Amino acid sequence: MDSEKIIETTKLTKAFGDFKAVNEISFDVKKGEIFGFLGANGAGKSTAMKMLTGLLSPTSGEATVAGFDVFTQQEKIKKNIGYMSQKFSLYDDLSLLENIKFFGGIYGLSKEQLNERGNTMIERLGLSDVRNKLLKEVPLGWKQKIAFSVATLHQPKIVFLDEPTGGVDPITRRQFWEMIYEAADNGTTVFVTTHYMDEAEYCNRISMMVDGRIAGYGSPKELKSDFNSENMDEVFVKIARGENYKLQ
Amino acid sequence: MFDRLKGIIKKEFYHIFRDQRTLLILFGIPIVQIVLFGFAISNEIKNVKIAVLDLSKDEHSTQITDKVLSTSYFDLDSYLTTFDEIDDGFQKGRIKAALVFPPKFGETLRKENKADVQIISDATDPNTGTQIGSYLQLQVQQYLMEQELKITSMPPPALINTEVEMRYNPELKSVYMFVPGLITIILMLVCTMMTSIAITREKETGTMEVLLASPMHASIILLGKVIPYLLLSFVNASFIIALGKFIFEVPVMGSYALLIGEIILYCLVVLALGIFVSTVAETQQLALMISLFALFLPTMLLSGFIFPIENMPLPLQIVSKIVPATYFNIIIKSIMLKGATLSFILKETLILVGIFFLLMGVSIKRFKIRLE
Repeated sequence: MDSEKIIETTKLTKAFGDFKAVNEISFDVKKGEIFGFLGANGAGKSTAMKMLTGLLSPTSGEATVAGFDVFTQQEKIKKNIGYMSQKFSLYDDLSLLENIKFFGGIYGLSKEQLNERGNTMIERLGLSDVRNKLLKEVPLGWKQKIAFSVATLHQPKIVFLDEPTGGVDPITRRQFWEMIYEAADNGTTVFVTTHYMDEAEYCNRISMMVDGRIAGYGSPKELKSDFNSENMDEVFVKIARGENYKLQ
Repeated sequence: MFDRLKGIIKKEFYHIFRDQRTLLILFGIPIVQIVLFGFAISNEIKNVKIAVLDLSKDEHSTQITDKVLSTSYFDLDSYLTTFDEIDDGFQKGRIKAALVFPPKFGETLRKENKADVQIISDATDPNTGTQIGSYLQLQVQQYLMEQELKITSMPPPALINTEVEMRYNPELKSVYMFVPGLITIILMLVCTMMTSIAITREKETGTMEVLLASPMHASIILLGKVIPYLLLSFVNASFIIALGKFIFEVPVMGSYALLIGEIILYCLVVLALGIFVSTVAETQQLALMISLFALFLPTMLLSGFIFPIENMPLPLQIVSKIVPATYFNIIIKSIMLKGATLSFILKETLILVGIFFLLMGVSIKRFKIRLE
């Protein structure tokens, strides 16, 4: 494995019966980069992500995440990644602190680590006032930031974000991306799925999935020039129409 | 590993104690049920209001009336003078039964050594009606037996004396049946319904996905989610047994250790059922529906709790054979009321163990498939 490549897949495939939800995708993600995983609903994004996070066994192909094999070392992968689902899944009937302690605890953080990192996190987010409030009393935009912080509390090598900005306003989205940058600056690799094309511009590199295959792959700049487009929206439309299946 | 399990259990208790509806189901329902079944719904004949139409008013008719009314079963509503008043009493709901002595009752009895008494019983509720009728009949017969030698010079006819002993529940108290039955039902309610809802809720909110993406093994997650309900079920069962013992005087004849062991076994079975439901249902609502209509009602009706299984038509008898509660109902009644030891209920116990492994096997398999 290339020490620079923290995720690497070769012809990774997931078939449900005859239907190939993910069809021979090959790509790599470099350490510390923000990798955007784009595609319409049903293009196979979630399935691919589930294979990489150890939630789903691939049908064929090869893939390593953080140096571990997705077929045989799922448990080791899980220890090295963070995961945030699209519903910012925290417990509404637990307080902020209880959520932090619970999720940190399932990743095996010690009491001291939990206290220290939990307090740092709460201060950094400026949420000291609400630390003991139940999460249902906390506004949605905050919850999402909390969910991200909780997902990275155990300092994973890679954090997987499944449509993290769905249903929130542009300002909150902007702030959220600042958090993503911060994490990347600290050396965490960020693997993010989204269907907001403007967000694709924020990524170092992206891949676009159409019908289970990767139809576009590279930096936003490269893709825009490859598809002769002004912005990522245009790139996406062209790719979705099936123009120029460039790779694979 | 153990710390993580503890974390999940702790979190689950937060969920339970912070949700009033959950608390209500957990602790409200058992109390309401036991009060309802214990006090309100009673099959016993006690203080039944009757009317007496005595057209003879002789020594025998008054003595029989006195005897009937001296028991705790019957209370006098009124002495009547005409037949029409009987109908009136029934229709107004004042009386449940009437005792009618024809004219010259005593005289006929003395002369012919036989006489008629009419017992009229309200059979809108057939069971109670029949029971009241036979209780009254019994009183009259007892009176005759006591008087036999006095009223007739003839030797008494040959008699076969049947002596009925109501073993295990001499006073025929219905709480004897309801307390064990309620434990069966409530454990089912708590374990199956509450766990299936608790698991599907995490699926709905997406937290299950986050848990599964963590390094925790799926079985630890499940274990952590069901242990709180196991503990609470146990508290519930103890509470019902204590209520039964101290308020309704339902005994525990067998060993407590065996009783506890069997309760834990049954809890495991119904917890496994709850996990199974959660692998079938995607939403809390569906889980609730399945638990209530596909599991709770059949358990209530077919486990032998309310209706005797022997009286059911064959297809229902077959269904009752696959309801785990049927076996537990037998087990718990045997231990509590008959003082049975393990060897008497070994068959039922083994069947429950079998059902548990079957359900767990299927559930774990389904749980994995769902992840695919």
